[in-house]
Amino acid sequence: MSISTSLVYLIGLPFAGAAILLLGGRRTDKWGHLLATALSASSFAVGVYHLFQMVNRPVEMRPTSQKLFEWISVGSFNVDAGLLLDQLSICFVLLITGVGTLIHIYSIAYMSEDRDRRRFFAYLNLFIAAMLLLVLGDSYLSLYVGWEGVGLASYLLIGFWNQKPAYATASKKAFVMNRVGDMGLSLAIMIAFATMGTVSFAGVAEQVDNTSEAALTAMGIMLLVAAAGKSAQFPLQAWLGDAMAGPTPVSALIHAATMVTAGVYLITRSNFVFDAAPTAQLLVVIVGAITLIFGALIGTAKDDIKKALAASTMSQIGYMILATGLGPIGYAFAIMHLITHGFFKAGMFLGAGSVMHGMNDEVNMRKYGALRHFMPITFITFGIGYLAILGVPPFAGFYSKDMIIESAFNSGGMQAIFLGSLTLIGAAITAFYMTRVMILTFAGTKRWDEGVEPHESPWLMWFPMAVLAVGSVTSGYLLYHDKALYKWLSPLFEDHGEHEELLKPIVVSALALTMVAIGVSIAVYKYMRENIETVAPENVSWLTKFVRKDLMQDQFNEKFFMRPGQLLTKALVTTEDVVVDGSVRGVARMAIGSGSGLRGLQNGFVRSYAALILVGALTLIAAIWVVVS
Amino acid sequence: MKWLTLLMFLPLVGAAVVSVLPKANEKAAKQAALVTTIAVLLVTVAMTLNFERENVGLQFVEKYAWIPSFGINFAVGLDAIALVLILMSTILAPIVVLAGWNEAHGGRWSVKTFYILILVLETMMIGVFAATDLFLFYVIFEAMLIPVYFLIGGFGTGERAAAAVKFLIYSLVGGLLMLASIIALFVMSGDQFGHTFDINELSQLQMSSTTQNLLFLGFFIAFAIKAPVWPFHTWLPDAAASASPGTSVLLLGVLDKVGTFGMIRYCLTLFPEASKTFTPLILILAVISILYGAFLAIGQKDIKRLIAYTSISHFGFITLGIFAMTTQGHSGAVLYMFNHAFSTAALFLVAGWMISRRGSSTISDFGGLQRVTPVLAWSFFFAGLSSLALPGLSSFVSEFLVLVGTFTRYPVHAIIATFGIVLAALYILIPVQKALHGPTTPGNENLKDLNLREKIAIAPVAAIIVFLGFYPSPLLKIINPATTNIIAQLGFTDPAPSIEDK
Repeated sequence: MSISTSLVYLIGLPFAGAAILLLGGRRTDKWGHLLATALSASSFAVGVYHLFQMVNRPVEMRPTSQKLFEWISVGSFNVDAGLLLDQLSICFVLLITGVGTLIHIYSIAYMSEDRDRRRFFAYLNLFIAAMLLLVLGDSYLSLYVGWEGVGLASYLLIGFWNQKPAYATASKKAFVMNRVGDMGLSLAIMIAFATMGTVSFAGVAEQVDNTSEAALTAMGIMLLVAAAGKSAQFPLQAWLGDAMAGPTPVSALIHAATMVTAGVYLITRSNFVFDAAPTAQLLVVIVGAITLIFGALIGTAKDDIKKALAASTMSQIGYMILATGLGPIGYAFAIMHLITHGFFKAGMFLGAGSVMHGMNDEVNMRKYGALRHFMPITFITFGIGYLAILGVPPFAGFYSKDMIIESAFNSGGMQAIFLGSLTLIGAAITAFYMTRVMILTFAGTKRWDEGVEPHESPWLMWFPMAVLAVGSVTSGYLLYHDKALYKWLSPLFEDHGEHEELLKPIVVSALALTMVAIGVSIAVYKYMRENIETVAPENVSWLTKFVRKDLMQDQFNEKFFMRPGQLLTKALVTTEDVVVDGSVRGVARMAIGSGSGLRGLQNGFVRSYAALILVGALTLIAAIWVVVS
Repeated sequence: MKWLTLLMFLPLVGAAVVSVLPKANEKAAKQAALVTTIAVLLVTVAMTLNFERENVGLQFVEKYAWIPSFGINFAVGLDAIALVLILMSTILAPIVVLAGWNEAHGGRWSVKTFYILILVLETMMIGVFAATDLFLFYVIFEAMLIPVYFLIGGFGTGERAAAAVKFLIYSLVGGLLMLASIIALFVMSGDQFGHTFDINELSQLQMSSTTQNLLFLGFFIAFAIKAPVWPFHTWLPDAAASASPGTSVLLLGVLDKVGTFGMIRYCLTLFPEASKTFTPLILILAVISILYGAFLAIGQKDIKRLIAYTSISHFGFITLGIFAMTTQGHSGAVLYMFNHAFSTAALFLVAGWMISRRGSSTISDFGGLQRVTPVLAWSFFFAGLSSLALPGLSSFVSEFLVLVGTFTRYPVHAIIATFGIVLAALYILIPVQKALHGPTTPGNENLKDLNLREKIAIAPVAAIIVFLGFYPSPLLKIINPATTNIIAQLGFTDPAPSIEDK
């Protein structure tokens, strides 16, 4: 462990940007976006500097820490405001600030017509700062500050156009569902303190061996709840689709590349807890497996391009969560997929934004078509992202997703075959819905509304898309080659070496590609035709209808949580007015002696009040007098 | 230096000055009140700097014979908890005066009267925390009702008279119960070592457990009404909805704290055994308050009533922290008292500005304010974030300390209480959405944004909320020795980390 004094700048620079733009108000309208972009870029530069420093140090000296000040200290509860940059957090720092800066650049053009562009950039900087705090905090409690900080930024950005009531509702929904997850995080921290007497990562890691499995399981489950809320995993997934109400760069940055992957970070960071709590670990796998299929299914029926991508994000994070649940064999691959996904999904979201930019903000893919001729750069960069998410070699997803499928097959026991098969099925469905997106958007015939004249976006927008496309091609190989990422991260995890090999890598790849080919073929067969309806057909099977309604997730939540909650609230309000308050009024009436007592008291209130006070005072004095004499 | 006499005397001087000003010169009355409250604040800050942190005894002690034949003294002194609460009160006072510059207009009496009442109330707020003589405490405890009663009944809105009376009756009922207990203590002190009202001496009394339980209840119910704890709370929403915003701030921010302060200073110190006996019951009431207040807040249509119910939820947390009997719970509760004052002040003051601009306190009458009055809207949103205890803001630190302190001893209570954080998101974000988001609705198009005076009033509140969120140490360092001492005196030690929990 080495000591640094410059970690705080990583967070401080973007935070200062947010503060200046928010407090400065309209005065900063002219240059606010430039300042915010510059600060995000500087933070990236600080991150790169730290990466080089880290690479040049011996392995055990690579983690760097900085203690800022004593934050909360009562009795044995002592938490410092401290930062920790290690092999895991540097990956996130570079992803957050790197992709973040690209998205700042993109937004300069994308938001140029918006009267509140400055406010948008303030929120972006706020997000970057909070997200960096999340991955740099050295204790669960510091992480918590970043954790809710990104929740706040997400709320503000989803509701950026909250003059539309539906968007305001979407932002509220996201925050509240995230709070359910946050409750899990709160309880996990309490469990850690009550059982281990510490809430720092290092402290908990040290105490794990002295702690009962029951306590660790409880903590692990609570951490999983937190992760599910932030990463839109089952059963707390329902907010992500609505979150697409935010401007598209936000969807790319927060709801695809970074914030929603915080759950993966949390579980990976807590590897010592999960490795010692097999039940919690199994639950992680189950949640990941359910979500990867759940999200993929939703993706098949979405006509809104952003919501299709959001469903895909949910599913891809399901892959990552599943990988973290596999234990030491999976952590590094979860992070690898997280990074490659950060490139290709952010790239595709920016591509979607570029399409919307050229199509008068139309999001319905049934009204796209043939756009490859009109937006060639967008087509190519989006297409690269498409090949990457499918897992076509040598694109990034090929390496990262295959590693997860392979780990699932090699995780041992009966569950391995089951999990492995699920990841393969997921790959097929992914291939289907992504091909559907490609065909509906870029192939086929024009189905545009009248007056729409698509055009390629300005270079400020396509440049970030191009950079991300390069990442979508190369990042997989770079991280995979010579087990680079695995070796980089392995000092953090207790991998006990050899795993049985159920399937050879080459077999896994062959299987995966076969599944992808099946998915692509079905999509081509179904959608590569002239007469795509511009309105979704109604005469479809019940299954399609069920999937179109997001597998009834909102209806379920409404029926079992919202309605009962509203009923309870209403009942309590009525009880309060009639019973509690009513009985008080009754008692008051009796005390005063007549039904009109209260009114009488109000009319002559000064006298009555004086009389009441007097009674009190007289009683006191009389009593004292009796006692003393 | 006689700090406490000076502090209690200063607002009275200000009140006297205001009273001789010509009635027509309203501005002079306001300015005099502002100058006085700022002077009081400066003296308090100076006093705080002279406070010895590690000394757990009473400091700044003063004692004058008052009614010697009854053993009654004018005795004052501070421990850390009382100091923190006085600091809180004296910071709030000038903010309230400045924020509510125009709220005395349209009252039943003159503007002058309003400020005299406020200044007299400030003296009593200091006195009630500083009193170390039970008789003196009781007199101030009851006398405080008078200015508040007139402030609500004379300068409030709507059903102000009815609300004022309800407030008064509740308080008097509580007061009488406490009075009975005080008399009993006084009697017993005569039998055991000579009549006295000195709380240090009274804490040495020998009592049978039945006596102790009964007397404890007399005090506790009085404080539970004041705080207010469910089911003694129904006066608060009416009073807060009818009072002017500034009065509401003092009512919820300071006066209600007398209840939770009293639980620590009187219930725990005078009746340690009874406190332990009733702890299970009180913890349940506290948890109910947290959830009940939150649900009721969600269901409110009136913004002021909504804020009042959020406070009931917050007082549930404070009570929980006090009776969890751990240092984290206790320090958290005291810090919570301080922090709650500022987050509630922010909410009430900003809501007050919204109401006075719109002429309505119904939430659904607002809509789309964010695009009409961005600074006002941000202020309300920020106050809301503080109320829902967003990490990074001061209320998070205290709320989390209460929860973690409760969890180590009573995990089930803590788990149920934690549901409060989800409900908090709802009771804040629902009004935020209705009032600030969406299209600008008719009647809101021409509302004016905050003026300079209002910005100056809210800025220090926001600054305190942010500063203490990141750096609560200055206050915790004052509070910790006192709370640790109380917990130790009661014979408790913090549960050691154990694998048995949960």
